[in-house]
Amino acid sequence: MARIPVTKTPKVYIGGAFVRSESARTFKISDAQGAFFANIPQCTRKDLRNAVEAAAKAGPGWAGRTPYNRAQILYRLAEMLEARAGELAGSLARFGARRADAAKGVAVCVDRLIHYAGWADKYEQLLGSVNPVASRHFSFTVTEPMGVVGVIAPDSPPLLGLVSMVAPVIACANTVVALASERFPYPAILLGEMLATSDLPGGVVNILTGYRRDLVPTFATHAHLRAIYAAVGPEDRRALRLGAAESVKRVRFAGERGAQWLSDGAQGLDVIRGFVEFKTTWHPIGS
Amino acid sequence: MPANRRPRRRPRAELLFGDLWEFDPAPETADPRLKARYDLFIGGRFVSPRSRRYFDSINPANERKLAEIALAGPADVDAAYAAAAGAFRSWAATPGRERGKYLFRVARLLQDRAREFAVAETMDGGKPIRESRDFDVPMAAAHFFYHAGWADKLDYVAPGRSVAPLGVVGQVIPWNFPLLMLAWKLAPALAMGNCVVLKPAETTSITAMKLAEILQDAGLPPGVVNFVAGAGETGALVMGHPGAAKVAFTGSTEVGKAIMRQLAGTDRRMTMELGGKAANIVFDDAPIGQAVEGIVDGIFFNQGHVCCAGSRLLVHEPVADEVVGKLKNRIRVLRVGDPLDKNTDLGAINSRSQLGTIRRLVASGVREGATLYQPPCRLPERGYYFPPTLFTGVTQSHRIAREEIFGPVLSILTFRTVDEAVEKANNTAYGLSAGVWTDKGSRILRLSTELKAGVVWANTFNRFDPSSPFGGYKESGFGREGGRQGLLDYARIA
Amino acid sequence: MTLRRPRAAHARLLDRIGAVDWVGVEERVAKFATRSIKKASKVQGLRMAVSMTDLTTLEGKDTPGKIESLCRKALRPHDDPEVPAVAAVCVYPSMVRHAKRCVRGSGVRVASVATAFPSGQTHYRTRLAEARGAVADGADEVDMVINRGAFLAGDFARVQDEIAGVAAVCGKAALKVILEVSELETYDSIRAASFLAMEVLRPGDFIKTSTGKTALNATLGSNQVMIEAIRDFYLDTGVPIGMKPAGGIRAAKQALQYLIAVKETLGDAWLTPRRYRFGATSLLNDLLRQLERERTGAYQAPYYFSEAAESY
Repeated sequence: MARIPVTKTPKVYIGGAFVRSESARTFKISDAQGAFFANIPQCTRKDLRNAVEAAAKAGPGWAGRTPYNRAQILYRLAEMLEARAGELAGSLARFGARRADAAKGVAVCVDRLIHYAGWADKYEQLLGSVNPVASRHFSFTVTEPMGVVGVIAPDSPPLLGLVSMVAPVIACANTVVALASERFPYPAILLGEMLATSDLPGGVVNILTGYRRDLVPTFATHAHLRAIYAAVGPEDRRALRLGAAESVKRVRFAGERGAQWLSDGAQGLDVIRGFVEFKTTWHPIGS
Repeated sequence: MPANRRPRRRPRAELLFGDLWEFDPAPETADPRLKARYDLFIGGRFVSPRSRRYFDSINPANERKLAEIALAGPADVDAAYAAAAGAFRSWAATPGRERGKYLFRVARLLQDRAREFAVAETMDGGKPIRESRDFDVPMAAAHFFYHAGWADKLDYVAPGRSVAPLGVVGQVIPWNFPLLMLAWKLAPALAMGNCVVLKPAETTSITAMKLAEILQDAGLPPGVVNFVAGAGETGALVMGHPGAAKVAFTGSTEVGKAIMRQLAGTDRRMTMELGGKAANIVFDDAPIGQAVEGIVDGIFFNQGHVCCAGSRLLVHEPVADEVVGKLKNRIRVLRVGDPLDKNTDLGAINSRSQLGTIRRLVASGVREGATLYQPPCRLPERGYYFPPTLFTGVTQSHRIAREEIFGPVLSILTFRTVDEAVEKANNTAYGLSAGVWTDKGSRILRLSTELKAGVVWANTFNRFDPSSPFGGYKESGFGREGGRQGLLDYARIA
Repeated sequence: MTLRRPRAAHARLLDRIGAVDWVGVEERVAKFATRSIKKASKVQGLRMAVSMTDLTTLEGKDTPGKIESLCRKALRPHDDPEVPAVAAVCVYPSMVRHAKRCVRGSGVRVASVATAFPSGQTHYRTRLAEARGAVADGADEVDMVINRGAFLAGDFARVQDEIAGVAAVCGKAALKVILEVSELETYDSIRAASFLAMEVLRPGDFIKTSTGKTALNATLGSNQVMIEAIRDFYLDTGVPIGMKPAGGIRAAKQALQYLIAVKETLGDAWLTPRRYRFGATSLLNDLLRQLERERTGAYQAPYYFSEAAESY
């Protein structure tokens, strides 16, 4: 008799632990053939609230590490993904992606992580400055992380979109609460496992699965989220902007269309710039 | 007034630094995996020298032979440049993203074998294992890691312009931080897409040849990096070779000048990182305890074999006695001895000839009337050692205040005003680094503005980072290493 | 009585004693952690640390029975005659008489906390009376807390006068002055408080880092700031004051690092229980555990040692 495989219970990665939704609710996902695959946690606004707390708690420690340390951790995350590239590509193909596209997508994910690992200890030199002021003062501008950033990943590509949006935000020392693709949440579950094995401290990245209609309103209005980075349609954009007004969140949107995520144009210093504050200090030059 | 304040005319109290609690030997036992013989690394393989000659590398801690190193002659240097030129087109065409991955691999592989490399570095050069373990090797890995991340971001190096590699670069490095200097040279050159011919110092070739193994394990395309070993003659061949689009030299000012003369008839691009005689300036409002630590670190780290060593202490007269007294107490607990002992603070002097130089200059200090202080310490019978040394009563006209000693010898001068401190600090042909110790922020910034030095350390000393540009003014050289600025020296800007 | 003193006194003290750079201190103490202490020197260091321990119990639920256990452990920490007794036991004033009975005839001293330990937030007359009472009951040493409120408000004269007052009632008993470094926060303040105390202390008295009752207690950094203050004061006046880090030192490895700091900063004359103490409880068993490992060559389980809390 053929061996019965053990099925996996997907859980979400919040505060460095794998948990079910506090509501205990799940929703079914089926593979590309229509067969039952798994029950995915249907996260609620309370899960989002808990994730924001975890991200806030992890914030000072993450921001207090050296840029070199953050770079190494992002690189190690790339190592984890590369090592399990087959499994990741398989998980994309299981839900309908063509094999070649899946493999390419995973390769771009790894390279994108490496790209941002390389930014972690460099962006400061390019975004910061010493300012040639017209008085006898030393005036310098440094960047600082904004704090807890809410990320809403595109439905497709489910892995590359999520990685492309999370990596730049944590490279500049923010912490993240992310909502995974609604239609294809499973790759995000795997990403959580890789985050957990990458030396990334718990709470720096938290990934929720579930329905946008349940969660976008809370992303919009939770005052402790200092910024939003979302790949969503026009109605959700409006809702996010409206909610953001209540606490003066910084809001950025990424495109919804699939192809552009693969190109180098989807990464770079300008993305990082969207998630840092600038602080300028003056001090007399004298004796 | 508190009851037990005694009047100051009592005899001064002394501290006892004796042997009540002596430390047992604590040798590092990791295996450095040395080979008996190291050949040249050309075209991705280890090849015997066409010169057919080898020279010995010895351990300065005990004068014992460690290995034989191949001596590169003219034909070998030609072969190295040919291999580099052959690899260049393909390497330069490799996308930055992929070039960077090789460098990330090198960083990780070096981290994997960190302890082995640290022991090898200590045995070959004489520095304490604690320093090679905690500073040289991790910092070398960090340089590779940092520059790896630039390889696909070169558009940002010269905004508004495009950058391209130069071609083949020739590099000669010194013996004081063999592996680290190698990382400083290789990483930016490779990130930018150049190919390299590099000569390590003749007394410290081993970790370069070990790193060649790592380059092989990392799959670096053959010919991208080539190592040729030898002494001054080989160095001149590397610097003077017509195949070099640019040369980079770190070493003494004297040799730097010789290279500049040698290349005067060419339009070869050059960067030089040469000697120094840095002033470490301590004001009366400085945090004195930490200043003393910074002074000690500044001159005794790596036995003073540091181009940016704080070899002159300029101390504000009101606190001179206090600082000197604390310095003497501090150096009495420095441990001089076997570099492989984990508790050793000051290891061996790199070579007999360097020891001779130190002794000669120290003798000149005594002869010229400065006051010498050396704490009691027992030096090993064999090997090249020198105790930590202070000279007080030094002025700008003493040889020990003007010439680079490159050893554990501190010359102490005083000053009365801020202006005088600046004048004395700048009164030198060198200009690599300087230290400023004061509690007042505006004074730090003023001194930083007025000191003619490429690196100013305020309330700290000897801090290095791959992202922080390093290099000198005046006869300490030109060009910078580290940071975005350092990459510019390896690029053709169009 | 004025509640605020002129800023001048505050500024004068800070000028006189000099500034402290936090990053520099942390770099210095990081070097202590790189020292590698082995074999005979390790055994010597561990035994020294045992002999410097002030074995402590300061709990609301202390009873005479608990004091007896503590004192028995203090007199004979382990079944090994080579292991010395500790320096002292440290208890609340109500337990002093009982402790004295338990250690009678030995060299182990009885230290009592006093002055409304740990907060110190009560009237000065009450605090003095408590110290007087502990001494009358036979305490060999008194561990007092400084008035942090007065310090942080800048009333340095009051802080110092109160310490002097307690020293006066101590008589022959040694006084240990707890600065409570976690509440002073900065290294500049810790240095200032150290000098305020030392100026009114006598040879044989101590300054101490903490009550052990806050979240952050002794660290190598605060230890370093205080022993450098002791050193500077000694070089200036010839008066040797002792040092006691307390709280947060649980591992033998840490204790050895503290001793290295003393060896390299104050020198041999301070490597004695007369001038250096560890305020600790669980540290003692870890010291014994490491000593036993050195003796037998095998790593030890915690439950081999009396009074150990770990069962697993």
